Order: sequence, then C-alpha cells, then structure tokens
Amino acid sequence: MYQYQSKDQTLIEERVSQFRGQTERFLNGELDTDAFRALRLMNGLYIQTHAPMLRVAIPYGTLSSAQLRKLAAIARDYDKGYAHFSTRQNIQFNWPKLEQVPDILAELATVQMHAIQTSGNCIRNTTTDALAGVAVDELEDPRPYCEIIRQWSTLHPEFAYLPRKFKIAVSAAQQDRAATQFHDIGVHLIRHTNGELGYRILLGGGLGRTPMIGKIINEFVAETDLLSYLEAIVRIYNLYGRRDNKYKARIKILVHELGIENFRQQVENEWQAIRAELALMPETISAMKRHFQPPNYATDAENDLSFAKAIAQNEQFAKWVQWNTQNHKIKGYRAVFISLKAPNSPPGDITHQGLELIAELAEHYSFAEARSTHRQNLVLADVKQADLYPLWQKLTEFNFATPNIGTATDIICCPGLDFCSLANAGSIGIVRELNQVLNDWDYLHDLGDIKINISGCMNGCAHQSVGHIGILGVDKKGVEWYQITLGGNSENEAAIGERLGPSVAKNQIVKAITDILEIYLQYRLIDEPFLATVKRLGLTPFKEKVYAHY
Amino acid sequence: MHIIKDGELIHNTWEYIADHHPLIAGNITISLQRWQNYQADCLQHQGQLGIRLQSTDHCNSLSNELAKFSLIELEFPRFADGRLFSLAKLLRSRYAYAGEIRAIGHYLTDQVFYLSQVGVNSFAFDTLKQAELALTALQDFSVSYQSND
Repeated sequence: MYQYQSKDQTLIEERVSQFRGQTERFLNGELDTDAFRALRLMNGLYIQTHAPMLRVAIPYGTLSSAQLRKLAAIARDYDKGYAHFSTRQNIQFNWPKLEQVPDILAELATVQMHAIQTSGNCIRNTTTDALAGVAVDELEDPRPYCEIIRQWSTLHPEFAYLPRKFKIAVSAAQQDRAATQFHDIGVHLIRHTNGELGYRILLGGGLGRTPMIGKIINEFVAETDLLSYLEAIVRIYNLYGRRDNKYKARIKILVHELGIENFRQQVENEWQAIRAELALMPETISAMKRHFQPPNYATDAENDLSFAKAIAQNEQFAKWVQWNTQNHKIKGYRAVFISLKAPNSPPGDITHQGLELIAELAEHYSFAEARSTHRQNLVLADVKQADLYPLWQKLTEFNFATPNIGTATDIICCPGLDFCSLANAGSIGIVRELNQVLNDWDYLHDLGDIKINISGCMNGCAHQSVGHIGILGVDKKGVEWYQITLGGNSENEAAIGERLGPSVAKNQIVKAITDILEIYLQYRLIDEPFLATVKRLGLTPFKEKVYAHY
Repeated sequence: MHIIKDGELIHNTWEYIADHHPLIAGNITISLQRWQNYQADCLQHQGQLGIRLQSTDHCNSLSNELAKFSLIELEFPRFADGRLFSLAKLLRSRYAYAGEIRAIGHYLTDQVFYLSQVGVNSFAFDTLKQAELALTALQDFSVSYQSND
C-alpha cells in the first residue's frame, strides 16, 4: 500500500496543529459556531444526537495492521470501545469528546491516517473496489490512480468551499463494486480499442433526496489527463453550481439543469486551458504504481490439498467459502470477506477487540493488510487456500464468519435514530428484527443475492434507493414509518428503486419484507436472482401481497 | 481596516467608491458595473484604479483590461462561498494578472492559507487581532500537493 513520504507526513501533522488551534479558539469562544462548524466538518467532526462523531478517512478502503491497531486503541481510549465502518469505506467513532479530537488526530497521524475532508462541502475520500488488485475481472489495479486523486484532492486550496459535498469513485473491473454510477464523478479505467489506457468519466450521479444515475461526460480521457479533466469539472462546478438551495447544490442538479452536452462543452473549454499544466507524467504514474506492487505470493499455493479436503468434510466451512470468499487473480489464493453483519451486531460495527483480531489475522494470513468495503464489511484480500480453514475457525470464534455476504442479511444500514440527529426513524432495530426472521442459513442461501439497504432519513446514507429492497424511514407526526422501494441496483445495470406503495408502520415493516421474499420464492424461475424476478414481474405481485390487508 | 500584504501588515491607501458616489482623487476601487458602464470616466481618474469583484462576477470580459487595475478586491458575501477561490486562481493563471489581489468581506482567518495558494496576496480585516491571527495562519502549512515546492 501507499507509504507516506516526508511531505505527506508533514502535511497531516500540520493539519493536526491547525485543527488543534481551531478547536481551542472555539472552546475559548473566539470562533463562532457557524465558522467552527464548517472547519470541523472539513475534518470529519459532526455534532450528533448524543456526542460528536468523528469520521476517519480510509483512502480507497486500504488499511494496514498497524492502522487497525491504532483504530482499536482509539476506540478503547477515546470512545466506548467500538467503531463503525461507513459505505464510503471510512470508519466512524460515535463517542469522542470534542476537546480530545485533536489528540485523536495526532494519534492517527502516527500511522499515516487523518480525518481530512471526510465531511464538509469539499472533495471527499476517493473510494474503489474492495477487491482492487486481486479481482479476476480487473483491467488494472485502480489504487495507484486513487492515490493520485487522493493527493490532488487533499487540501486542494481552490475546492474547499464547493456548493456541496463531492464524491469520486474509481472502478477498473468489469463488475462495478464501487457504485461509480452514483458518485459525483465515476472514473472507469478502460482500454481504448487502440490499446491505450485511459478513463471513461461519468458525471452527476448521486443518491440522497434526488437519486440520479451518472451520465458519461467523456468516453475516453487519456491516462495522462486524469487530473486536468477532474480539475476542469470541479472548477466549473465551483463557479456555476447552485448555492441558493442546499438541496439543489450537488453537481447532479447543475448537470441536469445545464444538460450534459452544455456541461461537457464548458468542461472541454476549461480542460484545454489547463491540460498541459496538469498532465500526469508517465514517471509519476509508474512511481505511484511501485507503491502497489503485488505482495510476495507463494508460487505453490495451489498445490495445497487440505483446502479441498476441508470443504468436503465440513459443510459449515464449505458454505462460508461459497458465500464469504471470492476468486483471486493468483491461483491458490482467495479474497476473504469478514462479515460485520452478525445477527446481533449493528451492521458495520466492530469492537476494539475485533479490530485487534483483524490486525493480527491480516498479519498472519494476508500480508498485514485489510480493506473496508462499500457494503460495510472487511476483506482480507490475499489468503492462501491452505490458510482458509484455520482463518475460518478464528473468524467463527469471534463472530466474524456469518456466511451472509451478498445475502438478505448483508444489510447496508445507517446509524439511524439511535445515533444520528438527522434521522426520522430507527434503522438498526429493523435489521435486528430481520435477522431474527431470516435466521435459517438454508433459507437465506436459497434466497441468494439480495441487497437490502436501510436509511433512517431522506439523506440516504445507507443508499436505500439502490437497494434491491430499499427501506426509508419517514416521520409521520412523530411516529416512525417506512417506505419500501424495489429494483434498485448500484452495480453495472444501475437502477433507482421504484416505490412499492404507501409507507408501512414500524410493526409491519419486517412482515412486508418477508412477504416480498415469499413472492420471489413463489414466482422465480430456475436460477433467477431476486432482481431479475422483480424486473420480469414488475411491482404488482409484490404490492398485492404486501398491501393485502391494508 | 487592517491590511496584510505579501505577509506583512501595511497601511491601507485604498478606498472603495460606491456606484452612487462621485469618483475622488487617490487610490480607489470601483464596481465591475461602474467600470463596464463608465469606463472613459474611470480612466480619467487621478490616482490608481482598482476594481471590486463579487462572487457572481466573471472575469473573462475583463481579460484584456486587467492591466489597468492596480488592485482587485474579491468581496466575500459569506465565508462558505467558494467561487472567489476559483476566480482568484483564474485571474493569476489564465489572465496572468500580476497586481494586488485582496480578500475583503465575510471570510475567515482560517481561509487565508488556501487563499494565498490560489493567488490572493493581500487580506483586509476589521480588527488587528484578526490580522495577527491571519499572519500566523498564512504559515499553517509548509507543504502542499498542488504546488511543486
């Protein structure tokens, strides 16, 4: 993974000092609430229902064992002993004390971590495929390009006060696992028919109140032009994006209002003026690629026979391998998903002991590196097949081996009313109830690939509008109700879910979901996944079942 | 009014003349509207001329006239309005403006480092305390990913 040079280290240390000064001035009454709000948000610090929340950046989801241990220590020493992984691969602490945040940031800086631009109206953490570098369907490792974007966007002096937040995701695989079509900018690494490497650039995707699928603004931008093209887009947005209404301030609205053709022309003019100056030199790219060299893979990993034997002998293990591991570029290796969706645990939450354990397992089995995923799980990307059985045993012991990756209980969920001051309704409680109903593995595995996303409000932190089943908490005169959408998809066949009907009461929502699953099982064709059945049948049969008693 | 220019506190010699007031001799700044509507008058003015730009103003129409101004003031309506950061950047890079660019209005001392990075070299504050804070804040970072030093 990327190792900081002295410049990177100096920069984050100076950022800690700057923020320490700002916090002191606020606590002394020398900085007003509004000003401090903007400044603290740009450093990932929210003021929530019960306490501040600090969001720490995990650039494109990559974590070293040393970093995991530091996160564990922070959870232990400054929080209530746990932390939460977000959908944008970051990690959040829900109970830090405001006056201790500068100290937390100083601790993070000792392991090359920070909270820079994890919130606020600026360019956020660049995200990517959690299987970057190991995915079988990958064209190129996207991480060097992510790091190039990270550096360009970090403390970019021109783009710290944009009309609204700005998110970039990069994918280099055939299967989009980074929801790139729902980002302000989606970058696809592609190869031109002439063999040249470059990028397809998508613009104006987003979730929240007005979900939109990104539009292609440029079919092919050459490898050297990445930063100039991004800078041109963000400059046009900064100059012309709406600032009169927070709900119309995202770039998707500007693209929608100007039209993609018009926007493309403006970007083109700006781009041509800065293209030469911001060109990425081939030596810059190759130097960055050296930070992401493949680890020292064993050449004989696939000769191992114990793996096949363990699968044959242990049904539980076999199930886990089937659902929680993925093929790897290198024969004899697999990528392992660590499920943070155990039935009794809030999705994406992890204790400090859990973080320590993952650090140790990563060191032992996966070159001392782990990744956080878009669906709020963790990945050990480089595990030898011979190590899968002992790893599974360890993970099982600590409740990290729930074989539910990609299933109906691998739910994306926001903190909801329990923690978040914006929420209208609870989300974690719904997940707990769903887990109680979907507690039979055979049933769950038979249902197969179903993505359920639950958000406690319109802001849509849990991406409910792209869940195969989306659940959105709404407030009706102080009572929690839930809207259901079906058919959303954040992958290649991007789609925004359609509303099933009127919202349902809290005590009916789990029943509604199980009704939907029942209809699917009743009408599906052989091997037809949930999403395909919804597409084929439309909403009617689901609607009839869910609202039969209304 | 306390002014920092090129990293030092200096005495202010400039005055803004609102559109409905007659021009006076000395160093003055005027609005973009006044410049566009009464250019000939403005050019006969005795003393140095500057222009005050708002975050909604665009500088492309001024590109050939920038050399006539010794000062460009960028007036922040509120600190969160980031358009002037791009405007400053364009003035320096695209239009090669070499004179003084001064931030005025509602912005924070915490923003002066970024402003200095996009080409603003002068800062106006109401109080001496703010100006002193800004002098320190100009040194917040010794490195940057966007410049090559």
